[in-house]
Amino acid sequence: MKQTARIISIHAADTSGVCSMLYELGGMVVVHDASGCNSTYSTHDEPRWYRQDSMIYISALTETDAILGNDEKLISDVVSAANDLSPRFIAVCGAPVPLLAGTDFDAIAAEIEARSGVPTFGLHTSGMNSYLVGASEALEAVVNRFCAAPVPLTAEPSANILGATPLDFSVLGAVDSVREWLEAAGFRVVSCMAMDGTLDDIGQAGSAHVNLVVSSCGLAAAELLRARFGTPWVAGVPVGEKFPAILADALREAAKSGANALPCAARSISGSAPIPAVVGEAVFSGSLAKAIELDAGRPCRVLCPLEADDRLLAPCDVRIADEDAAADAFAQSSGVIADPMYAPVCPAETPFLRLPHEAFSGRCYRKESLNLINRPLPWRL
Amino acid sequence: MLKRLNGEDDMTGAEVAIRDADFPVPFASGLEYNAPARGPWNIVHTGMLMPESHQVFACAQGCLRGVILTAAEMEAMDRMSWISVDRNDLFDGSLERNIVDGTADILRKLPRKPRAVLLFLSCVHLFAGCDFEAILEELRAMFPNVVFVDCYMNPTMRKSGLTPDQLMRRQLYAPLAPCPSEPKTANLIGNDRPTDESSELARLVREAGWKLRDITDCKTFDEYLAMAKSALEITYLPTAAAAGDALERRLGRKHLYLPLSYDFNEIERNLAKLADALGIDAPDWTGAKRNALRALEYAREIAGDFSVEIDYTATPRPVGLALLLAEHGFRVTRVYTDAMIEEERPAFERLRSLAPDLLLTATVHAKMRFAGKGVHEHGPVLAIGQKAAYFSGTRHFVNIVSGGGMYGFDGVAKLAALIEDAAIHEKDTETVIQHKGLGCRSCL
Repeated sequence: MKQTARIISIHAADTSGVCSMLYELGGMVVVHDASGCNSTYSTHDEPRWYRQDSMIYISALTETDAILGNDEKLISDVVSAANDLSPRFIAVCGAPVPLLAGTDFDAIAAEIEARSGVPTFGLHTSGMNSYLVGASEALEAVVNRFCAAPVPLTAEPSANILGATPLDFSVLGAVDSVREWLEAAGFRVVSCMAMDGTLDDIGQAGSAHVNLVVSSCGLAAAELLRARFGTPWVAGVPVGEKFPAILADALREAAKSGANALPCAARSISGSAPIPAVVGEAVFSGSLAKAIELDAGRPCRVLCPLEADDRLLAPCDVRIADEDAAADAFAQSSGVIADPMYAPVCPAETPFLRLPHEAFSGRCYRKESLNLINRPLPWRL
Repeated sequence: MLKRLNGEDDMTGAEVAIRDADFPVPFASGLEYNAPARGPWNIVHTGMLMPESHQVFACAQGCLRGVILTAAEMEAMDRMSWISVDRNDLFDGSLERNIVDGTADILRKLPRKPRAVLLFLSCVHLFAGCDFEAILEELRAMFPNVVFVDCYMNPTMRKSGLTPDQLMRRQLYAPLAPCPSEPKTANLIGNDRPTDESSELARLVREAGWKLRDITDCKTFDEYLAMAKSALEITYLPTAAAAGDALERRLGRKHLYLPLSYDFNEIERNLAKLADALGIDAPDWTGAKRNALRALEYAREIAGDFSVEIDYTATPRPVGLALLLAEHGFRVTRVYTDAMIEEERPAFERLRSLAPDLLLTATVHAKMRFAGKGVHEHGPVLAIGQKAAYFSGTRHFVNIVSGGGMYGFDGVAKLAALIEDAAIHEKDTETVIQHKGLGCRSCL
C-alpha cells in the first residue's frame, strides 16, 4: 500500500542529505526542527559524527515559536552561533512543521547573511523527501555560490567527482577508490563533492575538463557547472572489472566532445525471462547492473525506490514506490541485490544478495559494506 | 571555529561556575548540538516493553527514519511498521484516512495479530488538526480484539506540557482498565529497567508480604494487564510521575511518588512513606546507611585521584549525586546538564556553598560540538554517565542511564561500587556509548 510498510526500512530524509553533503565544507548547517532530525542524522546517517567535528545543528523549534512565527529567534540564534564559530557559510533548512507554517527560508537566509556577513542560503527541505533531494539542492547551492568566478581549464585532463556522500558510499574506502581509479585513468581530481575535499577545491571546479556524477544528487550541480563553464558530465560509478574502462572512455570522450554521457543507463534487455535486479540509488545501481551485464554476462535491471531523473534510468528499469511494489518486483526477478533490510519482502525462492546501503539501513550493516570499485564483483550470478 | 582566548577555548555561555549559575536553567537557549551518547532510551525502546504489542508510526520520512532504525538496531523490526506523510496529505484532508487504511493494511499483513498496537502520530499531525479519536474509533471497530493505544512523537510540543518521554511512559499503561484491586499488590511504574531486588524499596515491599509488579518483568500481555489489579502505584523517576498520577485517577489507586535521591534524609523519608502505605512499621536503616557510607569510603580510596564529572543522562538528579560525592571527599569538578528539575533546588543551593567552583556545563550548546573527547581536560577524569564520558574523553566511566535501576541506600552502595570499578577498569568509550538504548539488544 502507498506510503506504508509492514517491515522494511525507509531511506534517509532530505534534511540528512543536506547535512551529509555539506558536512566537510566548513559551513554551518541549521535544521529548523524540534530535535529529532539532528538526533536521527547524527546517530544513523552520519558515520563521521564521532570523529570529525562539523557545525551541524538543530534550531530546537518549539510549538509556541512555530505558531507565533517567531523567526527572529532562529535568525538571532544562528547569527550568535556564527559569531562564535566563524563558519565559511551557513545553510538553513526545515522539517515538516516549518513547511506547514510556511517558513520562508530564503528570506531568513538573506536576513542572517545581512546580519552576520557570512554567505547564507536557504534550502527547501521538508523531511518528506529522500536524502537525494536535500543533498542535490545543497550541492547545487554551494556550487552556485562558490563556483561563480571564471577559472582557466587545467593543463592536464581533470575531473570533479559530484555527489559523493557516506549515505551512498559509506566511509570504508569506496570514494578513495574512485579517486585512485580516476587518477590511474589519467584525470587529476580537482574536487570531490563532497567527501575528502574542501570548499576551496570546489571553488576551482570550473577548471575541470569533465564531471563524474557518482549519484543522482550530483546531477543538478553538474548541470549548473555545464551551464556556467560548459563542462560536460558523465554519470556512472566504476564498479566491477570491465565497466570502469568503459566509464573512463566515456569521460575522455566527453572531455573531448563536450557531450554528456550516461553509461550507467546504457543497458537493455531482450525477452521476458526473469533477470537479476539491483535495488537502490539510480547511478550506483545502474552502474552495478551494467557491471553485472559485462562481467557475468547477465542482463540486469535496476529497481529504483528513490527519486531519480528519468535520464539516469534505462528503459528496462523499474521504479518501486513502496513495500508492496518491491515485493512484487522481487518476485519477478531471478535474483535480488539489495540492502539486507529488503530481505523480509523477498520471496524465499528468489536468491537475495546483501549489499548494505547506509541510506537505507543506517549503521546496522556497516561492517558488511562492500567496496565494489574497480574490482571483481563478489557474487556468482 | 571557536576563538581562542588565552590559549583556551572560549566556553562563555556553555559553562558556568555553580556559584554564578541561575537555577533551574543556567544557559540561554540557542542552536543545539547532539552529542554521540546513545544510551538513553527513546519512545521506541520504552514502547517495546509492552509484551505482544506492535508499533505503527505515522510521520514524515525524516521522523520515521530514527524510530525505524531504533527498532532495527534492537532487532525488533517484526514489531515495527510505518505510514509516511507527504506534503499533499497535509492539505487534502486525507490524513486520517491514510492512517486508518495504512494501519489496517499493516495489521492484515502481519503473520499474527498483536494484542496491542501503539499508534504514534507526530507533531505535524497535531499541528494539522488530525482527529486522532476518529482514527482510533474506526480502527477499534475494525479490529475489536486489538487494543489500540494513542501515542505521540511530538517533540515540538516538548515545552507545552508533558514531554514525549513522559507521555510515552503514561501511555504505556493506558490499556490498564479499572477492576477490583488485589490486596497486597503494588506496581512499580515507568521504569525502563528492573529495580535492584536488593534495594530497600523492593525489599520493603517483599518483606511486607506484598507482590511487586513491574512491566520490565512482564513476559505476556496478560501478565501486563494484570498490573491493573494492583492496589498501589509506585514511581521514583520524575518522568514517570505523570504515569502514576494518570493511573491514580483512572484506576482509583493510590500513587506514591518516591523520587530517586542521593540525600540520606530524603531516602529515609521515602522509605517511611512506603512503609506507611504498606501498613508496616518503618525498619531501622542504620545498617543500610552504614553500608552505603562504607562503600563510598572504599570508592573514594580507589577513585580519589580522579576528577569526577556527572551528566544528567546517568540520573535525573546529577546535582544531588554531585553533592553526595563532594560531601564524601570526592573531587567533583563538573556536572553536565542543560537544565535542572525543581527537585534539585536544595542540592543545588548546598552544592554552590560546598563547591562554588564546580562547573555546570551545557550538553547541547553549539560550542559543545568542539568540546568533546577531552579537549578541555587536564587530568584523569572519572565520568558518571555517557555524555560526561564523551565530553571528558575518559575511558573510566560508570555506564548507566536514568539511575541504572539503583535505589535507596543500597543504590548508593551499588553506585559506589560502580565508581570503584570504573576507576580500575577502562571501557571502549566510542563503542560503548554509541549503542542505542542501554540494556536493549543491539545488532551493532
